[in-house]
Amino acid sequence: MASTQVNPTRMELTKQKKKLQTAVRGHKLLKDKRDELMRQFLDLVRENMELRLKVEDGIRSANTNFVIAKAGMSEETLKTALMAPKQEVYLEIDKKNVMSVDIPVLEYKTRTSDANDIYSYGFAFTSSDLDGAVKSLADILPDMLKLAEIEKACQLMSVEIEKTRRRVNALEHVIIPEARANIKYITMKLDENERSTQIRLMKVKDMMLEDAHQFTEKAKVRAMENA
Amino acid sequence: MYKIAVMGDYDSIYGFAAVGLDTFSISEVHDAEKQLHQLAAADYAVIYITEDWAQKLSHAIDKYKEQMLPVIIQIPGVSGNTGEGVENVKKFVEQAVGSDILFSQNN
Repeated sequence: MASTQVNPTRMELTKQKKKLQTAVRGHKLLKDKRDELMRQFLDLVRENMELRLKVEDGIRSANTNFVIAKAGMSEETLKTALMAPKQEVYLEIDKKNVMSVDIPVLEYKTRTSDANDIYSYGFAFTSSDLDGAVKSLADILPDMLKLAEIEKACQLMSVEIEKTRRRVNALEHVIIPEARANIKYITMKLDENERSTQIRLMKVKDMMLEDAHQFTEKAKVRAMENA
Repeated sequence: MYKIAVMGDYDSIYGFAAVGLDTFSISEVHDAEKQLHQLAAADYAVIYITEDWAQKLSHAIDKYKEQMLPVIIQIPGVSGNTGEGVENVKKFVEQAVGSDILFSQNN
């Protein structure tokens, strides 16, 4: 499958050899990168799945709690109760470089450190179910943030792994065999040229020898004629 | 300083306001898409979105797939779980490995 567009010259041979060397080194490096990414990704994605199931479970039960809370009080009261939240959550974003993939590291801060600030309402007019519902949601929040961090990391890594895998395959199955075939083709061609030159020289030498041989014979004939 | 947003229908998300997240209730696909892009452009680092809405806005969400921020995460809504979130995680494995070798036997 050698692409036929290479010139069988020494310069081209050096070029192809260099290309092969780079490709082989790149292949090894990319393969290492892929393997390491894969190892970390598999650990991370297992954690991701576990966390997701946990968070989904938590949110589902929180939702049930909210439905129950809503059933126990009028909609206006509920809306008023949650209208002006006391607590606020801020995020600090840092990034971590894992094998050339930038993954976010989230750190969250709450505006007030008081854990009771999630209840932004007076307790007089709301049902106690609402307190429980809000609490269940507040409990799941750290896990939700952790999930956000890990899920994004998994997403970015899976994209990077796919890219790296494609590159490794392209090098392994296309670039390297092609370079090898080209090198083989050029070496063969050069050897062939050398052989043909050698043969030509031998032939010329033969012809010259024959010429010289006949020269003496012709001289003899000429001498005989003169005598 | 980044903030956290929650998007979805009102019934699914109103509780998150209490714990300090910013809630944005959405009811129409076109507006929701605009809202999502606005939030992404503003300093919202994490956007939680209910699974049913995430499905409706999937091509808008795909735009942010390869960026570090914002992180868009699907959560189950009040009407139930579509399994889209779990499916998404499986998709990561499939994309990275070529086939789902981790979770395919679980169900």
